Amino acid sequence: MIALRRTVYIAGIVALCAWVLVPIYFIALGAFGGRIGVFRWPKSIWPGDTSLAAMQLFLQVEGVGQAMVNSVIAAAITMALSIALGAPAGYALARFTFPGQNAYRLLILLTRAFPLAILALPLTVAFIRIGLYDTAFGVALIHTALALPFAALVSASLFQAIPRELEEAAWVFGCTRLQAFMKVVLPLALPGIAATAIFAFVISWNEVFAASVLTVRNRTLTAYLLTVLAESPLHFRFAGGFLLIVPSIVFIFAVRKYLFAMWGIANR
Amino acid sequence: MTLRSRLLPYLLLAPSVAFLAALFLVPLVQTISLSFMEDGTPSLANYSRMVSDINFGPAVRNTFLLVLTVVPIQIVMALAMAMMLQKLPRGRDVALWIWTIPLGISDLAAGLVWLAILQDRGYLNSALYGLGLIDGPTAWLTYETPVALFLGVVVAEVWRATAIVLVILVAGLQLIPKEYKEAAEVFGARPWTIFTRITLPLLKPSLQTALILRTVLAFEVFAVVYAIGGTNFPVLVGEAYNWQRNYQNTGVAAAYAMLIVVISLAATVVFLWALRTKPEQQP
Repeated sequence: MIALRRTVYIAGIVALCAWVLVPIYFIALGAFGGRIGVFRWPKSIWPGDTSLAAMQLFLQVEGVGQAMVNSVIAAAITMALSIALGAPAGYALARFTFPGQNAYRLLILLTRAFPLAILALPLTVAFIRIGLYDTAFGVALIHTALALPFAALVSASLFQAIPRELEEAAWVFGCTRLQAFMKVVLPLALPGIAATAIFAFVISWNEVFAASVLTVRNRTLTAYLLTVLAESPLHFRFAGGFLLIVPSIVFIFAVRKYLFAMWGIANR
Repeated sequence: MTLRSRLLPYLLLAPSVAFLAALFLVPLVQTISLSFMEDGTPSLANYSRMVSDINFGPAVRNTFLLVLTVVPIQIVMALAMAMMLQKLPRGRDVALWIWTIPLGISDLAAGLVWLAILQDRGYLNSALYGLGLIDGPTAWLTYETPVALFLGVVVAEVWRATAIVLVILVAGLQLIPKEYKEAAEVFGARPWTIFTRITLPLLKPSLQTALILRTVLAFEVFAVVYAIGGTNFPVLVGEAYNWQRNYQNTGVAAAYAMLIVVISLAATVVFLWALRTKPEQQP
């Protein structure tokens, strides 16, 4: 009886793992199977005539390479901006008590309750006026508005986890506030901040709506795929989808240790 | 305390406040005014155009149906997964990592993943054919098969976004002191009683967070639907996108955005009220 229950339980866990992994495997087959693979009937669940040629062909299509470069540029700027603006705010939230603290937290939470469409639409108008429309930097700005609140809350919890006494000891030994921060706090917080930065990268890499509305020629990969979706063949779509997924999986693996510290505290 | 150290926190916050004001508060106000303007004069024309559009009714209905189907499934599934993890003796980290992979996958990619499975000559049809249930390639994702198309979107959304609920709930479970459960066991409580009387009530703040976050994001559903069904399944954000990109009409797009905001805020208020934790109930 106990053995049976245990078997059912393990089977459940394995089934749920398969539920996540098998679809990714299928799109990988689609991405590397090319045109012939897409029309094969009935499909085999084993890799048959898959080859790198299909993916190479996809990468040579006009616009794909540039779209990937744009995605990386936008995500890198998002990453840098949200840490540069968010980490100081996080430090302030973690180390000081001051009037207005709760108002700031509220502002940050509010940004999450609003759909992105509300930001993207008027910014199109504004960006055209100031020349930011159709640039990776413009897209990065709006993605930073998404990632910054997250970066501020997460870095606040990171700094909170570092004992204040360490910093105070450094002051006693003659460090200024800035020196103490650079020499004591920052090295300890750095891995967590790196994880936060990676998460900001993923947020930008994955975002579709704003990137599509704010660009025409300098599209990110998501915006590019969305606009060509209707007229592109299936194997082309699968190759694009697979390319979108790969970096995300690698990044989630890299930050897995911090996932819970981030979401657990950031959501309270 | 010196004046300098009193000013320091504000100096640290200032850049992010300035940024959020410029890129969040200002656009928010502008969207509101865009939606209520027609040729520079205040008017409700955008809203009446939105409401009289043929896609409006289906978009509202589809979005609500999706949220009401997807979110409960995700909460129950994530709760079950979180409880299973707690009992897992070995391999916890591996299972957890695999289950959180979708967290990094975009809605567009998730839609394309399920398109690979659900397309006419896809893996689902191959399996059905293998079982002798269908005679050949069958289309599920068209205008004529609304139920199958809806289910396809539901599956893709559940696949993609259950991970975030799982992470929030697992983080919440870790905060519940072990002593409560141990005390209940001493008094002979069965696992189900412990779950309903101790775990669930103490998990309320996390459930609230998960519900609010998922509901707000589910009302923004768009790219998944687009990837799977194209324009066969109108949703609210998809209509906002259409009006902006294809019809070049920011006013009506803004009206859609406002509608989504109002619905999201209403849902948030409902969850805050329905799942409020009284001070004496806190651990």
